[in-house]
Formats: sequence, structure tokens, C-alpha cells
Amino acid sequence: MVEDDITIRIGGEAGMGLESSGAGFAKALVRGGLHVFGVPDFYSRIRGGHNFFTLRAARDPLYSIADPVHVLLALDMETVRRHTADVVPGGAIVYDSKDELPEDLTRDDVLFIAAPLAEMAREIGGLELMRNTLALGLAAGLLEFDLSYVEGIIRDNFARKGEEVVDSNLAVIRAGAEVAAPYRDEFPFRLHAVPDAPQRIMLNGTQAFSMGALAGGCRFVSGYPMTPGSPVLIWFAQNGAKYGAVAKHVEDEIAALTMAIGASVMGARALVPTSGGGYALMVEATGFAGISETPVVIYNAQRPGPATGLPTRTAQADLLFMLHASQDEFPRMVLAPGSLEEAFHLGWHAFNVAERYQTPVMVLSDQFLADAFRSLEADALDFDAVELDRGALLTDADLDALTERYKRYRVTESGVSPRALPGHPNAVFVTESNEHDEVPRIRESAQNRIDQQSKRMRKGVAMAEDAPAPTWYGPEEAGLTLVCWGSTYGPAREAVDRLNDREPGAANMLHFGCLEPFPPTAEAELRKAQKAIVVEGNYTGQLEILIRARTGLSVAGHIRRFDGRPFRPEFILAGLEEV
Amino acid sequence: MVTRDDYKIDERPTWCSGCGDYGILNALTFALVEHEIPPHEVMVVTGIGCGSKLPQYMRVNGMHTLHGRPWPIAQGAKLANHDMRVVIVHGDGDGYGEGLGHFVHAVRRNPGVTELVQNNLIYGLTKGQYSPTSEKGWKTSTSPHGSAEAPVQPLALALTHGATFVGRGFPGDLKHLRWLIGEALEHPGYALVDILQPCVTFNKPRAYDYYRERVYKLEDEAGYDPGNRTVAWERAQEWGDRIPIGIFYRATPGPTFEALDPVLEEGPPLVKRPLEKLTSDQVEGLLAALR
Repeated sequence: MVEDDITIRIGGEAGMGLESSGAGFAKALVRGGLHVFGVPDFYSRIRGGHNFFTLRAARDPLYSIADPVHVLLALDMETVRRHTADVVPGGAIVYDSKDELPEDLTRDDVLFIAAPLAEMAREIGGLELMRNTLALGLAAGLLEFDLSYVEGIIRDNFARKGEEVVDSNLAVIRAGAEVAAPYRDEFPFRLHAVPDAPQRIMLNGTQAFSMGALAGGCRFVSGYPMTPGSPVLIWFAQNGAKYGAVAKHVEDEIAALTMAIGASVMGARALVPTSGGGYALMVEATGFAGISETPVVIYNAQRPGPATGLPTRTAQADLLFMLHASQDEFPRMVLAPGSLEEAFHLGWHAFNVAERYQTPVMVLSDQFLADAFRSLEADALDFDAVELDRGALLTDADLDALTERYKRYRVTESGVSPRALPGHPNAVFVTESNEHDEVPRIRESAQNRIDQQSKRMRKGVAMAEDAPAPTWYGPEEAGLTLVCWGSTYGPAREAVDRLNDREPGAANMLHFGCLEPFPPTAEAELRKAQKAIVVEGNYTGQLEILIRARTGLSVAGHIRRFDGRPFRPEFILAGLEEV
Repeated sequence: MVTRDDYKIDERPTWCSGCGDYGILNALTFALVEHEIPPHEVMVVTGIGCGSKLPQYMRVNGMHTLHGRPWPIAQGAKLANHDMRVVIVHGDGDGYGEGLGHFVHAVRRNPGVTELVQNNLIYGLTKGQYSPTSEKGWKTSTSPHGSAEAPVQPLALALTHGATFVGRGFPGDLKHLRWLIGEALEHPGYALVDILQPCVTFNKPRAYDYYRERVYKLEDEAGYDPGNRTVAWERAQEWGDRIPIGIFYRATPGPTFEALDPVLEEGPPLVKRPLEKLTSDQVEGLLAALR
């Protein structure tokens, strides 16, 4: 029996409820003491198409999905057609017996289970839609996973819909497990619960970042829906009010960022969630935040573009765009969390940096990080470590004591001007978009321009000290270093583990969670790599370009992907063969 | 006691001599003084254009922002601090061109802000191109053959989207404009005052004399009922030999955008609330949903 590291994939059409049932099942596995990693793979449509949901479970923490599938739950023949090749020898393919299995899709080394999924769901649960629940029950049965955990989730999730709904779901999941019973002897994989495991949590990058932002004092969110950024807006719309955070879905992305800037000038910590195309509309306002020295946090969950691109898929192709968005120059920070823990941490850190340097901070996520979920230890999100630092913000007492005219853009050595919030009689001032002097009055003299532009740019010097340094994973002195940024962290980390399992000390990884300011330690760290291979999700190699621009260093090679799909360890390992 | 001196600043406007913006600046200042509103309790949010430099020329909190974007910025400011009086000031190219969408969306939300429009029917700062409110056929540097576009109808647009205070003023009658702005400031919801702003440099045919011959006050019209939205909508589109000024429509507004927010409906303004770390109970609440 093979007991560890099992992947279940459920596939069908949009509208079949794959994501919610898959996430519910995943939570049951977590309650059962297992670690999970789950990724939805969806088309940008409400009905039809081919959607699937991959759920990997193991006793040890997981950082990625992997290629081999042990149980394929095919709610339609398209799922069998597309995924049969991924099923490991000995694995199972469950399909609806009303569908005919084409000759060319059969395999001798796989267990095919034809069951009347739709019919049973209809008869037992009263709804054909419940066949996904039935199929998951069947998977639990095959894998001998303790059904009581799944039943617990069903009770929790459906309680508010009434006892009848709970009971029908329970009946369906049990029926699914019973269908599996006669096949269990032929099926060599097991996924047993670990009853003495600590209680864990399960979440995705959207939730991790949103909770980090909330913990970091985010009290104003304005956005316009755009996949895959809107889940953060939705999270705040649904949860924010409880914690005193205002969330507004406004008329367009231009309004989203400008509204956040208006709120921020008054003193609210403000966040704008979007995706690359939405951010394109916010570029001018980003510059306004830059010259008016207004803190604001911009969250971009990247998807492949340009323009509409692939709405529901993933990419890491907005890095250089975010780095350079807006005309002229001003300091900014661009963060790119690689894990849920880092998404949480940078979620609150971003607000401190934005206020300390009174400038925009951008957080680059992507569809993979935003939507993929993972189990974490209960204390993995370190709420205790959260700090709220508002930088050079003048208090009412400071302003009471003010004897001369308040100068909003006072030239200082650090470039940071002590900031008042509008409303105090001693600090009546204008937030200015034109070039201005310290007061600010609109001034065009060359010397004034030099003074103010230099002052603003000086903030970037200190900000570089606040730039999270790149982090290492794996053994020192390895012959191979994978260099990555953002969500590639997880799959690259597992690739490193697999390389070291084969040959101890073979590989390590250098991950960039901050790309602007380019961390001062980056060059020294990169020089430690014997053979650096940059792994990133775009065509031209944007991190590679940045490394060369900022350090003059060339790397040994790269592995890139721009097909809208997340990296997997196998993709990276195969890529290494070709580098 | 608020005085004109409170609003005084040592900065000379860059406006042309005779520009209607002087009158608007004066009328706004007078109205604020008359209504006992001190400068630190006002936030004047402007766009970009000659007139949008207005916060530079009075001692007041201001945000001189982006072309076409003063509304969302003003709404963000009001949501963050609803104790602040927020006044939006912008021109016709700014507001009825670049930002027309924001205008309509702002009106239908009923934020508690006052909007003053320096409507001169021309682009002044870029030196005389036709604007969204220029009359059809109007010849300018970018419409040498005459504009082919019907002008935007801002007052009718605001009425259609539920505005409960819609007025028009004229700096040629400063006393009336002062009164009108004051009434708008006291309106407990969104209020629009469109202002016939003579541009004496780039729109000479629509300067003071043109308007002086044509404007009439709705207040002086026997039987005009500013509570009648249908009549207001018709008058809002009257243009030519007779041009109405005054309050076209006034009604009791519903709750403001701020007041309808679940976070803001009670308690102090958002920015007056202490910014603190989440309590352990709050953290527990967040984590419970993840188990």
C-alpha cells in the first residue's frame, strides 16, 4: 500500500460546483490531520468548458501540486480524455456509467470504475448537481479515508440551509463511499487520517494577503471586479465591516485608486485590489500618489495579458510594468510574496512601508497564489509579529505645538516630510499634483524642481533598507541555484527537495519577495550561486532582465513558462534537463 | 467667528484679469465665512485646469489632483472623514469631459459633498479648444469646421440621477452666487452648482455681456416651484435668449453614501478611530473560518 502523497483530480464543466465541493473535501482532509495543496483550473465562462480541481494530500507539508494523479473523478468524458495520461499505474478513474468510455481511452494498468453518479445523486440526494459530492465520497471510500471528517464538513457547511440539506448530502457522500467498497482490494493507494495531528488551518493566497492587510490596519478598500484580483475586494466586502474596514466596489479602476488616494490623504490606510488590466487604468493615479506623496497599497493578482488575455489563468508578466508604471520617476516598493506566510507578512508590512515613505507600495500576486490553497499550522500566520508603524505622522499634540506655518513637503535629509492629516487648524494645507515647493505652492523654478524631485527620490534610499532581502532555501554551496520570485517559490522549493533527495546538496533556491527597491544584499547573494537558473512565468525573463540591470550579473540559464498554467516541480525538473 | 482673513493667503492667482474664476473664489470664500465654516474644516478637491488651481489661492485644505478625477478622490476623502466639509471644484473639460462617468456615479450615490463647476464652455489652460459644453457648431482650434457635438447637459444629467440640489450661478451676480453656494453648502446631501464662468481670453463671445443680457433668476419667476423635478428638468435645458440661474431643484435627500456604509453609519469618522492591532478574539474569529 502506498500511503503518502496522493492526488485526487475532479473534472467536469463549469457550473458543476467543482471548486466548492473540492475545497470542502480538502478541508475534511486537513481536519483529518493531512496536509493539502489544491488548485482550481478554470475556464473564463460560467457554463460548459472543461474545469478541473486538483487536490494533493500528504502527511508532510506541501508547497505545490504534482503531476501524477491517483484518483481521477470524471464528471464528463472530456475529463477522461484530457487527464487519463496523468493517472499513475494502479490509479483509478471514476466516470458516470451513463457515459460511454471510448475504446482509445482505456488503459490496462488503471482501475476504471463506472458508476451511475448522476442517477444516484438524483435518487438519493434529489439533485443531479450532487454527483460531485457522490464522486468525492467514492474517492474517500477508495482511499479508506475516515468519512466522519467529510461528514463534519458537510454538517458545518450546510447547517444554515437546514437539516434536510445536511441529511441529503450525508446520504450522498455515504452512498459514494459504499460504491467504492468492492474496488478497494484492487486499489493500492490509501489516505488514512492522522488522528493525533495538531489542528491546522487551510487557506489561499487571497485570504492570507487580505488577513495580513487587515491586521496591518487596512481600513479602506476600493476596487473594481477583475479576476483574479477581485477575491480580495470580495473578502473585504464580506469581512471588513466586522473589523471596521470600509470596502467599496466603485465604477472603474480609475475611481478605485483615486478614491483610495482621497481616503489615504485624510489618514485611512487604503488598499486597491486589481489584476494587470485593471492596474493599467490606474497608472496615472499611481503617479499622483507619487508626486503628492500619498501612501497607498496596490495589489495586482497577475493573469496572462495583454488586454483581456487569459482571465482565469496565471502569469508573472507584470513585473517590469509595475516597476515602471507612470511617467517620470518616484520611489515605490514592489513586493512579490511566494507563500501564504509571506503573503500575510507582506500584507501588513506593505502598509507600514507606504506610510513610512509616503508613496505607493505594490504587491504582486497571481492567479496561482491567489486561488491555490494549502494547509498551514495553526500559528503559521504570525499575528503577534504584526507592527503598526505610521512613520512621520504628526499627532494632534505635535500640531497644537506648531508655531510656524505647516509645510507639507518640507525638504528633509531623508526626504520624508512630517505628515499632517487634514483637519487641524494649525495644518491647513494642499495635497498637490503640480510640482510644488515645500508649502506647497505651485512653483516652476529649476532649483525648486531639483529640490523637490531630489527629496522625493531620496526616500528610495532609506526604503531600500526596508526592502525584504531575498531568502535562501536548501543547502549552502549547492551546485545549482533556482532563482525565483513570487508564487514560483512553492513549485521551485519542491523541485529543490526532489533534486536533493536524488543527490544530497545538489540544489538550493534564492527567492525574491521584493523586487523594488532591488534589495541591497541581492548582488552578494546572487554571487554565491554556482549555477543560477531563473525560473519565472513570462516570455522575456523579467527578473533576469532586472538582475542584469541592477547588478550587471548574468545567470547561467532560465526556465520560463507563459502558457497561463502554474509551475509544477516536474516542469522545472524537465526544464533543467534542457538548460 | 470666522472671517475673510481666515481664508486669506499670500498667493496671487494666475488667472487672466476679468476671469470668472475670481468671482467664484470670492463667492465661495464669502459663503464659507457667512456659514461660519473655518478653513480647517473644509477640503476643496479640484481637478486640473485654470480654475482647479483655486485651493492655491485661498487658505484652505485642498487636493489639486488629476484631470477628471476629483469626484472619486472627494468621495474617498468624505468616506474617510465624514466630519470634513468636502467641496469639489472643477471645470467643464475636467468634469463633463474626462470625468463625466465619475460625475454620474457620484450623483447617484448622494455623497455629502458640494460640487461647484467653473463652466466656461471652453478649454482655457490649453488655450481655447471646444469643450463638452460648447454649443454645436462652435469653432475653435480643434473644431475649425465647427463642433459636431451636442453639448452635455449637466443639470439635467444630475436631476436624472437623483440629485436633490441642482443650481446654476453667474459670477456677474456675485451676491446671488454667494447665496447659492451657501445654500448648496447647507444641503445635507450631494449638491451641484454649475457656474457660467466667463473666459475673457479664449471664449470672448461667451463673456460677461453675453450672459448679462440673458440670465434670469428662477427665484424671480412667479410660480416657479423648485420642488418640481419635471419642470426643473425642462428649465435645466433652456439655453439661448434666456438662461436661467438659481435653484432649479431642491428636495430632502435620502441618507448619504457615507451614512449608508455599515462601518460609518455610527460612530466617529474612520480616521478618528484608533488604529490598533487585532485583538486575540478578532484573530480567533478570522482563523475559525479556516479550520
